[in-house]
Amino acid sequence: MAEAAVGARPARRNWLMAIGRQRELTLVAIMFVAGAGVSMIAPQFLSVSNFSQVAVLASITAVAAIGEAIVIITRGIDLSVEAMIGLVAYAVARSLELHALDPVAAVAMGLGIGLVLGMVNGFVVAVLKVPAIVATLGTLSIFRGIDYVIAGPHQVPLAGLPAGFSDVSIADVFGIPIFVLVTVVVVVVGMVLLRSTRFGRQVYAVGSNPEAAAILGIPSRLVVFVAFSLCGLLAGVAGVMWVMEFGTINGTAATGMTLAIVAAVVVGGVNTLGGSGTLAGAAIGALFLGFIANALILVGLSQFWLQAIYGVVILVAIGSDQIIRRNVQRANTRSGAR
Amino acid sequence: MTGSTRSGTGLGRWTRALARWETVLLLALLGLIVLGNSLSPFFLTPGNFSNLVAALMEVAIMALPLTLVIILGEIDLSVESMAGLASAALGFMWAAGVPLQVAIPIVLVMGAVGGLLNGTLVARGGLPSLVVTLGTLALFRGMALIILGPRGVSNFPPAFTELGFGHVPGTVIPWPFVVFLALAVVLGIVLHKTWIGRQTYAIGRNAGTARYSGVRVARLRISLFVLSGTIAALAGVILTSRLSSARADAGQGMTITAVTVVLLGGANIFGGSGTIPGTVLAVLVVAVMQNALRLASVTVEVQSIALGLLLILSVLIPSIARQTRMAVDRVRRRRRQSADPIAGEPAI
Repeated sequence: MAEAAVGARPARRNWLMAIGRQRELTLVAIMFVAGAGVSMIAPQFLSVSNFSQVAVLASITAVAAIGEAIVIITRGIDLSVEAMIGLVAYAVARSLELHALDPVAAVAMGLGIGLVLGMVNGFVVAVLKVPAIVATLGTLSIFRGIDYVIAGPHQVPLAGLPAGFSDVSIADVFGIPIFVLVTVVVVVVGMVLLRSTRFGRQVYAVGSNPEAAAILGIPSRLVVFVAFSLCGLLAGVAGVMWVMEFGTINGTAATGMTLAIVAAVVVGGVNTLGGSGTLAGAAIGALFLGFIANALILVGLSQFWLQAIYGVVILVAIGSDQIIRRNVQRANTRSGAR
Repeated sequence: MTGSTRSGTGLGRWTRALARWETVLLLALLGLIVLGNSLSPFFLTPGNFSNLVAALMEVAIMALPLTLVIILGEIDLSVESMAGLASAALGFMWAAGVPLQVAIPIVLVMGAVGGLLNGTLVARGGLPSLVVTLGTLALFRGMALIILGPRGVSNFPPAFTELGFGHVPGTVIPWPFVVFLALAVVLGIVLHKTWIGRQTYAIGRNAGTARYSGVRVARLRISLFVLSGTIAALAGVILTSRLSSARADAGQGMTITAVTVVLLGGANIFGGSGTIPGTVLAVLVVAVMQNALRLASVTVEVQSIALGLLLILSVLIPSIARQTRMAVDRVRRRRRQSADPIAGEPAI
């Protein structure tokens, strides 16, 4: 009896573990199945233009989510990311409106501002040793405050941007939107960085066991500092993309984005306790959320449902992660005992 | 550790009393009052006191149970959305003809249920409260938007708006301040004088040890999240009353202020320390600061920067103070060791 039960269980566990390990595939599968349902109600869902629109919008969240994922893998969190995106977006748009910079210089400045803001977060967390949640809740307020002070009630109109600047968001190479290509490049570079470099392995080490990492002589504070800096840099990229996508920018740009970004990371299977997760997962998580938002509109549900669904998606994602983790642990302890 | 051996001496007691965080807050409060008074002759008038306090009371009321949650080693980011959901539900029911005597208790029960959801996921599901309450932050706000949409409900009876807007007869004390003080007294007694409080600190310092010592960790965690949800809903009711309007976006941005207040009050974000008197003093400090900044015609935008700085400093200053104290202790110990090497030996 007992033998049979033990023999029967691992099959189920292996299946669960397979899902746990392949969060990216699970999300893609859910999107396929749900997508089939949505397309029956709204046939326009399957059009190429709709797909590319969803992917372009999701790219902005995805790029920021990749930076957030690096921070979360080190056991941190960056709640200030929306304020960094907003501040970069306004600074870039305003400098273009004033003809102070040419487009290339403005983009470079945007990335630079993002990097500096990320370094500020990294400094407060890694050097001043303020817990990440407190530090970035504080800088969320500070960066947004600076944005408000600079912008005042002013709004940069689409017409204020140089001709062609916002065309980048609809441009494509061989049919693939440039924003999607940017995201793919960021994912590939990021994954190579995390998988194949010393820094990347240190990121996972610091996140999975800070004490052990310290004993091994890993400069964990430097790793955390660099992770926050990268998050800022990628928020800068997202800020520039925001200007290209929306054109009309005021001091409140990107308000509330942090929630979608953290949701994308969590849905993408990054462990919120640090130490595991992939950047591709975070990007696919962003696509998944964009897909839900799009499906909601096409099915005819009101925009007001979006927030609630994001909340449910976050809870389901962390809940299912936990169930899988417990099953895996139980399977491991049992196989270890035998 | 070296301090405990010298606890008898008068000087040691004084330095320790001065080093208490509450004393620092009290001095900061007095300093801000002097500053405010020099900024404007209206600062110390009764009418201004009423303004100063009223604007922050919903946040202050939320901050009290949040103090207990943070001492426990958890966090509840969903409080602002629960206040919004309470406001939306109250408005929806009132517009549908439900009398307020029925609607308000229903709203409070809803707050408790929301807290139960948070608490269960954290305590039974073993999930990090930061992410759980980030999820319910979105969920509760979404539910508020679904219930009420973009509209506002504003034809509340005067008896109800009096609760948030009126004063205790014959004084300048707003009713919400009375609610805040009463709640502070009750939670202060619970936290500092009862077994519930002692168990809360015990879990915050080391949940594993607390569990092996017979503390029902999960039950207490869930109870405190339920408390936090219920009080957040109460804050939503008071906010609706003060603005005499129910809206789905009510309370947006309050969580950050509430967390700031609790941490400024001396609670450790990792749990195990914090006091209700500290939170009460921190509420007054933030209220006076915001008021003084307003009287100095500093814009709301700059106030947001000041709040963020205050949040970071409220963690930074105590940790610098702790490190300085440890460094001083180390120097003292070394000095004593060199003076009396035999007495110094057992300490190692």
